Amino acid sequence: MAPRNLLFLTSAKLVTPRKYLVLLAIILFASCGDSSLSYGMKRVGAISGARWTELIAAVLNPWVALGIVLLLGFLASYLSALSWSDLTYVLPATSLGYVLLALLSIFLLHERVTLARWIGILLVSSGVAIVTRGPSATLRPGSESRAAGEQP
Amino acid sequence: MSTLRTWCAIAGIVLSSTAGDVLLSRAMRQIGDVGEMRRRQGLRAVLKAVVNHPSFLLAIGFLGTSFFALLLALSWDDVSLVVPASTSLSYVTNAFAASLFLRERVDRRRWISALLVCAGVAVLAA
Repeated sequence: MAPRNLLFLTSAKLVTPRKYLVLLAIILFASCGDSSLSYGMKRVGAISGARWTELIAAVLNPWVALGIVLLLGFLASYLSALSWSDLTYVLPATSLGYVLLALLSIFLLHERVTLARWIGILLVSSGVAIVTRGPSATLRPGSESRAAGEQP
Repeated sequence: MSTLRTWCAIAGIVLSSTAGDVLLSRAMRQIGDVGEMRRRQGLRAVLKAVVNHPSFLLAIGFLGTSFFALLLALSWDDVSLVVPASTSLSYVTNAFAASLFLRERVDRRRWISALLVCAGVAVLAA
């Protein structure tokens, strides 16, 4: 127990609770944004290539507009996470959103739960569990001094 | 050959979204921790640094391309093939590209994780 705590304290790139909140924000903004967008577009109906100007009108649908706002929130939190951790950490760690969507459809929408879905949930969750137990960023010489010395 | 056409579009989605994500990651790493920067210099400085970064602008171009490739693929084939195939494959291509172009240490732990998520997303989204 003690060596692990020591490692955690001395790690230069430790993931603080605030950073876990940013990862959570990515998951929530992305899944809510996508759901809102797809719900809105289903209400708008199919748009043909010849009448692409209808896409502009689609933005005025409140669900589509809400989806766009939520996806802007996703972009902001995604960029923030990428500024302090690796791409190969952020992408798997936030794939928990797929599990969230599957669980929502199972428990809120009472969709049929196939064995394949449970296997998918298990696979994604174990991938997330494995990556989040490792370091969040590749340590580089000079990466700390850059943040400290950016303003003279 | 509608399947060949669809897979070409899927390859286009995967490659351009990977390029976009790698460039975004590079831009944000060069800018540094934006939380700290916001506390020191304010939100306006952060936005200015991000929007003026050449890698960020290039990334937006690639992500836009991948979005239109997705729309194209969806107009040719089923969503149940296009979405799981492209999203799950991009976890693997991102791991390759991040170790190659971003010099991230993609160790065994991260490879296993990327492959598990790739398989899981393919099963869940299908």
